[in-house]
Amino acid sequence: MNKVLMRLACLVCLTGLLTGAAPAQPPAAEIEKRSLDSFYAAGRDMRVRVSMVLTNQQGGERKRELTMLRKNMGSVGDQRYYMYFHAPPDVRGTTFLIWKYPIKDDDRWIFIPAIKLVRRIAASDRRSSFVGSDFTYEDVSGRDVTDETHSLLRSEALDGRPCYVLESRPVGSADYARRTSWIDTERWIPLKEEYFDSHGRSIRVYTADRVEEIGGHWTVTHRTMRNLQTGQRTEVTFQDVSYDQGLPDNLFMERALREPPASVR
Amino acid sequence: MRARARAVITALGALGLTLTGAASARAVDIGGFAQVNYAARISGAPCGAAGPCDFLLGEERLQLKLEGTSEQGRSGFAAKVDLFQDAVENRAGVEVREAFVNLTGKHAALRVGRQIVTWGAGDLVFVNDVFPKDWAALFTGRPMEYLKVGSGALKVDLHPGAFDAEIVVLPIFQPDRFPTANRFILPDPFPPGLPRLEEQKDRSLANAELAGRISHYLSDWGLSLYACRTFFRTPAMAVDDPAAPSSVHIFYPRLNTYGVSATGSFMGGVASFEGGYLDSREDRHGTNPAIENSMLKGLAGYSYPLWRDATLGLQGYLERTLDYGAYRATLPAGFPARDERRWLATVRLTQLMWNQTLTGSLFAFWGVTDHDGYLIPSARYAATDNVLVEIGGNVFVARDSHTMFGALDRNDNVYATVRYSF
Repeated sequence: MNKVLMRLACLVCLTGLLTGAAPAQPPAAEIEKRSLDSFYAAGRDMRVRVSMVLTNQQGGERKRELTMLRKNMGSVGDQRYYMYFHAPPDVRGTTFLIWKYPIKDDDRWIFIPAIKLVRRIAASDRRSSFVGSDFTYEDVSGRDVTDETHSLLRSEALDGRPCYVLESRPVGSADYARRTSWIDTERWIPLKEEYFDSHGRSIRVYTADRVEEIGGHWTVTHRTMRNLQTGQRTEVTFQDVSYDQGLPDNLFMERALREPPASVR
Repeated sequence: MRARARAVITALGALGLTLTGAASARAVDIGGFAQVNYAARISGAPCGAAGPCDFLLGEERLQLKLEGTSEQGRSGFAAKVDLFQDAVENRAGVEVREAFVNLTGKHAALRVGRQIVTWGAGDLVFVNDVFPKDWAALFTGRPMEYLKVGSGALKVDLHPGAFDAEIVVLPIFQPDRFPTANRFILPDPFPPGLPRLEEQKDRSLANAELAGRISHYLSDWGLSLYACRTFFRTPAMAVDDPAAPSSVHIFYPRLNTYGVSATGSFMGGVASFEGGYLDSREDRHGTNPAIENSMLKGLAGYSYPLWRDATLGLQGYLERTLDYGAYRATLPAGFPARDERRWLATVRLTQLMWNQTLTGSLFAFWGVTDHDGYLIPSARYAATDNVLVEIGGNVFVARDSHTMFGALDRNDNVYATVRYSF
């Protein structure tokens, strides 16, 4: 009899706990981790044709066209990127290889076709501009969740999508003091990011302008980065996106830099 | 003999079949550029009875580039042909920079035709890159790609697994292109008026050059071994009769080279090392003063990002002449002696600005033991996605006129290049 009462009491307590509790929210770092995985590491590999339009304050435009291949290697955050530039004309045929590691600096190589030269590039600054655009190398290939500390500010809708709003602060020195990001609670991709300097001024704003589900992965196929200090913006369009094509490891080696496979030209 | 002929016919048949496959190729890519390139000497040095000769270079150039690959990507071709008009030498011409056919298999690739090959880890300092170069192009501020000259060659790439191998056969010898008196003001160590007789290598199979490289990655360090059977591309010079010279013989002695290089990440930058042994086959004892002795070469380089979009590159280079005693003993009287050890240091500072559309660069050679130097300041601006403008200079500093940069001391120049790429 006592045992029955005890069980009943436990059940009442548990029911009370459950009905009284708010819906569980994952910790901020876990949200960020899941967002980074969805945004930068979806699938085992990815292939995409990237168009970049850089527009300055006066409306002048510069264009970059490249094919980008990405492969996730064995351990988390260990990735390889291969890029073949189609435009502008003076860099057509230039190839670029990045081996990205979760902790140490990237390894980067560039191949300059006019002199058939593979050159290794010193690459300790992931915050430098990627091909002169408003995106940094880090914006292109991602960062590690531990590069910043994260806190969950609130949950709110952005353009009709439910979002976690995170605030992230860089652990080491960086060109921003904090970053606010709106992460889709269902698709886990960042829909907006705003970077602030140490005076609290907004300096860069990223927006995901078009999101599509491709091969089971939510993919931002049009994005914009606005530099509020220079007035310049860069719009990036992804075309011909494919995932999990079984890209071989040898595509991400020096030999493929020198001899770009016909499939990327 | 018949078996060999059959093998050749079979190979040609396979090539024909592959090229037939290429006939169904995807659209051929066409590109290239139109370019204007001028360089003017600013040293004010007179150059003889012909009057002022300030312009070192004054040319317009059109490059057409065609590339195509077959549907399966197993075969392809590329050609780069320049049409140029050179006002300084008052001539127009055609230069085939590259023209080759590729055949690609799973573990091997073949490239046959005129092509550019670049080896080694140095930045404008070459230890194991034995392929032809155009030094006159460098010293007149022509775009960097013109430092390399295409060679008619057969190149086989093998990549069976753990390592990559590259074998290059160059059937017909081609020397480096050096500054000549029709553009540059140069000292002449020989009595004036002596005719020059340049050796034309006969086109025998025995004169074919052979170069091989094996590369392997150890973690993220790229390691390579090199071996080449070649010739000095720098001319050797000797008078026919030292007592009563009537002509200067210019020739290119045989050379074997063996070397190694390594490049990898180190302390946030990129470190590179390269070493080579040059076996001067026609002067193994160092007793022929006209021919370079055998030598050892070593290079260490480090490139480091200073701040955003700025990179500093440093190199130290040592060249040690072997059999130095024999060299000194046989050096003709009156000829300046080189040091046994020649030290060279280089610095490259590069800064990108204006969203990486403007590149400021300074490259400096410092001949530590030769007491000479060579500075290349430049600014390159991508005015649009198609238009590139570059201005720069070539400044030579020297104590003596017999050293590498000392010989060019009266040729300080500024250059300008405007290029429209399409």
